[in-house]
Amino acid sequence: MATRDEIVASIRKAFPEGVRLLDGGDLPTFVVDRAELLRLARHLKDDPGLDFKLLADVCGADYAGREERFEAVYHLYSVTHGHRIRLKVPVREDDPVLPSVYGVWRAADWFEREAFDMFGLRFDGHPNLKRILCHPAFVGHPLRKDYEPGQRWLLREGEQDEPVWARQPHEDDDHFETQVINLGPSHPATHGTLRTVVRLDGEIITQAEVEIGYLHRCFEKMAERHTWKQVIPYTDRLNYCSPMINGVGYCLAVEKLAGIEAPPRAQLIRLILSELSRIMDHIVCIGANLNDLGAMTPFLYMYKAREEIYSILEACAGGRLTISYVRVGGLANDVPGDFVEAVRWILRRVPPLMNDMEKLITRNRIFRDRTEGVGVIAGAEALDWGWTGPCLRASGIPYDVRKAQPYLGYETFDFKVPIATTGDTFARYIVRVEEVRQSLHIIEQALERLQPGPIICDEHHVALPPKEQVYTEMEALIWHFKLIMEGARIPAGEVYGFTEGANGELGYYIVSDGGGKPYRIKVRPPCFAIFQAYPHMLVGHMVSDSVAILGSFNVIAGELDR
Amino acid sequence: MSSTPEVIVCDPKPMGLLQRLYVIEVLKGLGVTLRHFLGNVFRRTYTVTVEWPEVKREYSERLRGRHILVAREDGSPRCVACYMCEEACPADCIYIEAEERDSDSVEFEKRPKVFEIDLLRCVYCGFCVDACPKEAIIMSRVHEMTFTTRDESVAGLDVLLQKKPLRKEDMGYRPYYGKPHSHIELPIPVKPGGLLG
Repeated sequence: MATRDEIVASIRKAFPEGVRLLDGGDLPTFVVDRAELLRLARHLKDDPGLDFKLLADVCGADYAGREERFEAVYHLYSVTHGHRIRLKVPVREDDPVLPSVYGVWRAADWFEREAFDMFGLRFDGHPNLKRILCHPAFVGHPLRKDYEPGQRWLLREGEQDEPVWARQPHEDDDHFETQVINLGPSHPATHGTLRTVVRLDGEIITQAEVEIGYLHRCFEKMAERHTWKQVIPYTDRLNYCSPMINGVGYCLAVEKLAGIEAPPRAQLIRLILSELSRIMDHIVCIGANLNDLGAMTPFLYMYKAREEIYSILEACAGGRLTISYVRVGGLANDVPGDFVEAVRWILRRVPPLMNDMEKLITRNRIFRDRTEGVGVIAGAEALDWGWTGPCLRASGIPYDVRKAQPYLGYETFDFKVPIATTGDTFARYIVRVEEVRQSLHIIEQALERLQPGPIICDEHHVALPPKEQVYTEMEALIWHFKLIMEGARIPAGEVYGFTEGANGELGYYIVSDGGGKPYRIKVRPPCFAIFQAYPHMLVGHMVSDSVAILGSFNVIAGELDR
Repeated sequence: MSSTPEVIVCDPKPMGLLQRLYVIEVLKGLGVTLRHFLGNVFRRTYTVTVEWPEVKREYSERLRGRHILVAREDGSPRCVACYMCEEACPADCIYIEAEERDSDSVEFEKRPKVFEIDLLRCVYCGFCVDACPKEAIIMSRVHEMTFTTRDESVAGLDVLLQKKPLRKEDMGYRPYYGKPHSHIELPIPVKPGGLLG
């Protein structure tokens, strides 16, 4: 791993002009002239000492009042060296054009479309620059600071998004007409509302395009209008199969910015519940994938454990799915007295169910025939698309945030990173099965270490003081009042917080202007990057394979569309 | 921060003749399902699915259900109309109008004239409970609510104010100090319900 100074020196040497380093910050941050962007991008990707193969995130930001009003922000990661940098390309409002880096990292495809949709940044050279989360009849760019949020735009019949190729008749080589059909948006095999337009030649898919955004709930705009604490319930609704991980990711990012740390007990409980959530998420993914392929039984067996994990979450947090349990600086409540026994009960409960499922599936020829060699993607290609998480690991790249850049003390736990080399749908299944086992192993170790102690830090400018002090002490009441009425004061700055979500790297890019509310929050949803490769992978497959591939990606619409 | 973490390569083993023959694996699979079936018929201790509404499952003491406004001994709300819950609410579902309280005591100067919660807008996050400095609003374990109109979903003081003594089994999420007062029961406990609840 290159140190910060080495990265800076290397970039300075290659680019004496047009690239400026910003002081401080959580990551080395460079302000790049847009004329230099493409050349710098190539250099960053191809230089072996830098080797930034993963474009984690591209997003826009609006600094109204600055001369160069908009900024495109890029987050890069090097899987081989384990370092990150941030690039910022400022553009003026009257000329918001910058070169697309799609030619360097294909991951930029949807991320750039989103920045265009939200801020009106135009990426020159992008192959398909159109709206992605908002519909085509939408007017304006919603994340601009001067956009009036109450407006409604009606999408009339006939105005919906249609790929250009879908309108043209087309004949195949044997002069049979091919047909264009919609898979979804509402279809039992699309988990969430996802629309895939495909051109079929017989039963073979020859062209495909995906339309998303049906579940867009303006998370990022809402976050700008709420206090730091009030964002927490919204994070539960991102990846709703593992709500705990989202909340933990958000609070860790805010804590990083505020320079505070949760007490050890809170960190361990966060870790245990995150791993339980990961198990739940994998159970849903595997179960739903099998269900789509016709195996209902394992789905029902696995759901027993999931229901019981939900009971634990409910007893800790008060909600099964909408838990709102994590707070900046710790947790809302301590866990119940019998938490350890209950989790141990789950630890005994899950393995027999997993074994039963494996007996039914792993060596079942029907399942293997339908998944092996289907949806194959090579490791380098997957990385180029911005894949992370189990799907990337199934292609042979052992990148796991918990190992590469540990948080919550993951470095002190003994666990292995499951990988597979084939990169097909079956590999993604088997990697998830093994990850459930590793998660159980982590939880077992964490339970041993759980000691009594405080569950929220006592820096009362961000964390609420305990209730008994609020009722009895003047100072605590003042803190309480100021926190509720004005929101926590998070120092101005920016941070990119990353955690290993159930689907991969869950990133929060947070900008604070020092006020009580976030200035900008960008979520980097792992399945967004994974799903953008889906239409390209479909080509050459049969319609029934599309269901198998989609199920193995674990696309969660709540997180995809935010 | 090692770039090559410990890995397990879990590549699929190639299918042997037995698996390719298919029939034997099917019989093994049938064995698993048969075991589950017989276990369910003869040795079933409990099922995670609940035959709602004839049977209802029990929730913990932290469940965030419909709100309760706690009353004083004289039946008036403990709420002092300080607007903290209204500010804390991420869904903007609380509406309060304050009025002077005609009382000699200087301790409580205000009280809510109107206190409304839009139960359809509410996300049941419990932030109002955390915000209240008077422990005047807590949450119940009532989570089955039906409304026939949108207006009906806006609950006022008449619905929310609980004048009767609070029973422990009704109370859900509320401020806690000292020991955590919730416990996890596994297997999942159920109680007989009734069609009308």
